[in-house]
Order: sequence, then structure tokens, then C-alpha cells
Amino acid sequence: MALNIPHIRNDFPILGQQVYNKPLIYFDNGATTHKPNVVIQTVRELQEMYNSSIHRGLHYLSDRMTERYEAARESVRSFINAASASEVIFTSGTTGSINTVAFSFGEKYIKKGDEVLITEMEHHSNLVPWQMMCERKGARLRVIPMDDRGELVMGSLDQLITEKTRILALVHASNSLGTVNPVKEIIQMAHARDVPVLVDGAQMVQHGEVDVRDLDCDFYVFSAHKIFGPTGSGVLYGKEKWLEGLPPYQGGGDMVDRVTFKSTTYNALPFKFEAGTTNYTGAIGMGTALEYVKSLGISEIREYEANLIRFMLEKLDGIPGLTLFGRARQRISVFSFLLDQTHPYDAGMILDKMGIAVRTGTHCTQPVMDHFGITGTIRASLVFYNTEEEVVRFAEGVEKTMQMLS
Amino acid sequence: MQKEWKKPCRCFPESVHNKVSSILVKRIKMNLRDVQRDIVDEFSVFEDWLDKYNYLIELGNELPDLAPAYKTDEYLIRGCQSRVWLHAELKDGKIAFMADSDAVIVKGIVALLVRVMSGRTPDEILEDDLFFIDEIGLRQNLSPTRSNGLLAMVKKMRLYALAYQAKANDKTSKK
Repeated sequence: MALNIPHIRNDFPILGQQVYNKPLIYFDNGATTHKPNVVIQTVRELQEMYNSSIHRGLHYLSDRMTERYEAARESVRSFINAASASEVIFTSGTTGSINTVAFSFGEKYIKKGDEVLITEMEHHSNLVPWQMMCERKGARLRVIPMDDRGELVMGSLDQLITEKTRILALVHASNSLGTVNPVKEIIQMAHARDVPVLVDGAQMVQHGEVDVRDLDCDFYVFSAHKIFGPTGSGVLYGKEKWLEGLPPYQGGGDMVDRVTFKSTTYNALPFKFEAGTTNYTGAIGMGTALEYVKSLGISEIREYEANLIRFMLEKLDGIPGLTLFGRARQRISVFSFLLDQTHPYDAGMILDKMGIAVRTGTHCTQPVMDHFGITGTIRASLVFYNTEEEVVRFAEGVEKTMQMLS
Repeated sequence: MQKEWKKPCRCFPESVHNKVSSILVKRIKMNLRDVQRDIVDEFSVFEDWLDKYNYLIELGNELPDLAPAYKTDEYLIRGCQSRVWLHAELKDGKIAFMADSDAVIVKGIVALLVRVMSGRTPDEILEDDLFFIDEIGLRQNLSPTRSNGLLAMVKKMRLYALAYQAKANDKTSKK
């Protein structure tokens, strides 16, 4: 069944407001998405009725909170089709998840002279943690190049995956170009040479199906706040065989089994990687958000967004002087562009005053900007609550902006 | 190759640079408060934000580009998104500021700051508050999260004033 967009928009109270006396057009969903009422209510209910630290107290509230937390873990497991809930680790977000793997995997498996493979279109969050680890270990960071459409040069993989490659980390959908990478194919190529793969799904989970067992990825990471959940929470999925063998990233409460001054033994999965008091309200809110997305239907979302993408591309291509960066054949509703010779910051400021929220700058992908020889772009990122009507007003706003700056 | 945002350069040739800084210092008759009041008045006619921005774009386009010699990393005030360059000279006890930005609206605000701050003694700059930014509703453009270099530019202008003041005090005490 097709999505009932007016009905869905009513689920998001923030969308109904006016900014600068103009109806808000929120096209900055790549940075963060808004929260539906069910998520807002869940977080409120937890604060009002259940607030208690999980896994510790032997009392009513703590038990309830722990139940909800573990139920959220099950929601995540089912959403990504993981084999077991113990493979789902709650983190502070995508960045926290990648840092965990980069550190723990690096400690255990990376030695001097080894290679770590990433791609040219990674967000800094899937670049800097690996770079830091490579520096620490004396390893080499290698990069799969992309072409001018913003698609990975698949022919380069054969040469780049060597017997020194220890891990491949790549983005599922690019946050600055919108490219959806053929991760399944790449994972197969990597596995054929015994190289495990981490997939950064921060920009993918909100747009289409993710089945970690079908992909056969070794790690999959994403953030709650980009899929209509609260900020400060996220997921690290890892195959049990990897997570069991990796040393913990942070030490602290809840991740331990037995502690003496001599030594400590660690708790079982997933708790080994959840040191300290976790962001349980965030995790439970994320569980609610995933259930909400599921209730709309992920294939329905994908279908609706495919039409929105076509419509947006048509509109953008109809604006003379607009240059779109990223023309991958498989894409999400993220559009990076420049207007003639004008500075993206100027355009962003003007669009803001028209009630249109976009992002300008490098989008934490400076190497992508370097590829195209630019210092930044304007980025419009849409999700299922955005409409063709908004796209029309957006295109008008862009043309007016160009007139002002010409 | 970095993409050039700007229209053709309208910067001063090196030879006239010195004359310009002298003019900047001499032409100021109003005090720092009055010139700010003037700017607030100018902006009060605009009801729509886009008209304010149109005016800033005009001001930005009118401000001559900084001479290439000063558009270097040494004079760059790094913002994350837009870049601002600032150069200062002391002439007859007054400071001439010359500045530029690669984003035209930012450059418009830069032009206003130059107009307010140039031709002042270090004491004037350090004593008086900048109130026009708030009053014309541009405060958000000076917030640290905007990272456009403007907040750092204001700080740098005051730092120059402080440095020139210290130098002047140093001279008098030596006499």
C-alpha cells in the first residue's frame, strides 16, 4: 500500500511549524531526522515512569527498564535480521561504533605493514578512526577510488585487496553524493580473500532494506538519530565470531564478570562492549523508531523515495547553472550541488531565510570535495515525509537564490 | 585545483594600497557609536530578510578585494565554511582594517565591520561595544557554531587594537 504522506507528516510535530513566517521545508535529513510522536512519547514515558539504571537494580523500575532495553535490542536484531540479539551492541552512534571496531580489531589483528582498506567517499567517521589506528600500529591506509559519477571503481578492488589487507570498511550510502554502493558484491570479493568487511549504514537504514545476513557483512553500524530515533544512540552489529574474539574498547561497569586488582574477566556479549551506564532511553527510543519505520513498510518507503528522487533530479536538472555532484545509478535521496560560481555558504544563508533547511560545506567528506576540486557544496537530503510540493518550492527558492547572488 | 567562487578581481593594485589605508583612516568623522547607529538606520528600512541579504550582497560586492599580498594564510581567519582575511595597519595613531571573504554575504558583514572599526584609535575600539550586529539581527552570524570566520574576525580586530595600544604605551613609557 502506498504511503499516506499527509497522515505521516502529522506523526512529526516539528514539520508543521513556520520559520521566518514561512512553512518549514526540512531538507537536512542527512544530518539528522525528526522524531515521530511515538518516539517522543516513548522517551517521555521512560523519564516519567521507569527511569532506573538497567541490569543492576533488583527492583521494579530497573527490571522494567531492563526489559524495555532488551526488547529494543530485539527490535534492532529483527530490523537488520541479525542471527542473535547478542550480536547487537548499543553504542553512542555510528562514530562510536566505528571507533570501537577500529580500536578493538586493530589491537587484536593489525600489525606493522598490514593494510586497511576504505573508499574515497567515506565520511570522516569511517576514515579518521582507521587512520588513527593505522598510525598507532604502523599499518597502511589504502583507498578504493571513485569515478566522477561518484561510483566506486570496482575494477580497482582486485588490486587493492592484497594478502596484507586485514579489514575493509566502506559506506553503504554516501552522505555527500547519495551513491549506494554494491556492498554485497564487494563483501563477496573481500571474503573470497578472507578479508572481513565493516559497512557504515548511517545513511542507508532509513532508506531501504538492510539484511546483515544476506549481505554477509562482518560489522554493520548506524545511528538512531538518522532513523527517526533519539540522538546519542546507535548500533554496532558484529558477527559473533568476531565480537567474541575482540578485546573490549572501554573498561568500566557492566562490561565485567569478575574484577580483582590482579585482573578482570569480561562479561558475555553484548555487554562486553557496553561499558558504563548506557544511553538506555536513546536505545529504547530507537527501538520504537525502528518499529515505526517497519509499520510504514520499508519497501513502501523505498518506492515513494524512488519517485521523489526522480522528481528532484528532474527539477535540479532544469535549473541552468546548477551543477550536481554525484550521479550514481543507485542512489538515495541526497543531492549535492553548486550554483554557478557562488559560494555554498551564501546560498545556504539565503535558503534558510526562505524557510528551507539545507546543509552547506564539506559534509565531513573533505576527500570527496578534493576529488571534484571544490571546497564545499549545498546538500539537500530528503526522507519519506518530504513531498513533491516541497521540491517545487525548493527549486523556486534555489532559482531565486541564484538571481540574488548573480 | 580549487574552484574560484568569486567574480573577477576588483582588488587594489599594490601601488594604491597605501593610499587606500590613508583614506580609510582620514575619512572617518563620526564616532564608533554614531556609525553603528547609521548602519542600524540603513537596515531598518528592510522588512524582509531577503532584502537585508540583498543589501549585504551589494555591500559585499562593493568592498574591494584585498590585495593578493594579504590574501594569504598569514592573514586568513579560518572558518570551517567561509574564509575571511584581515589585514591591519596603524596610521597616525588610528587603525586601518582591510578585509575580504570568499562568501559574498559574509563579505557584506565584513564590509560593515570594516566601516565601523576602521579609522579608530585602539582605545576607541577597545572601549566601545559592537551593538549594530545584534540590532540588525545578524547575531546568529557571529555565533561560534556558524564557523564562518566572523566571530574570529571581531576578536582579531580587538587583538590588533590591543597590540597597537600596548606598543603605544610601551613607547610613551620609554620616553
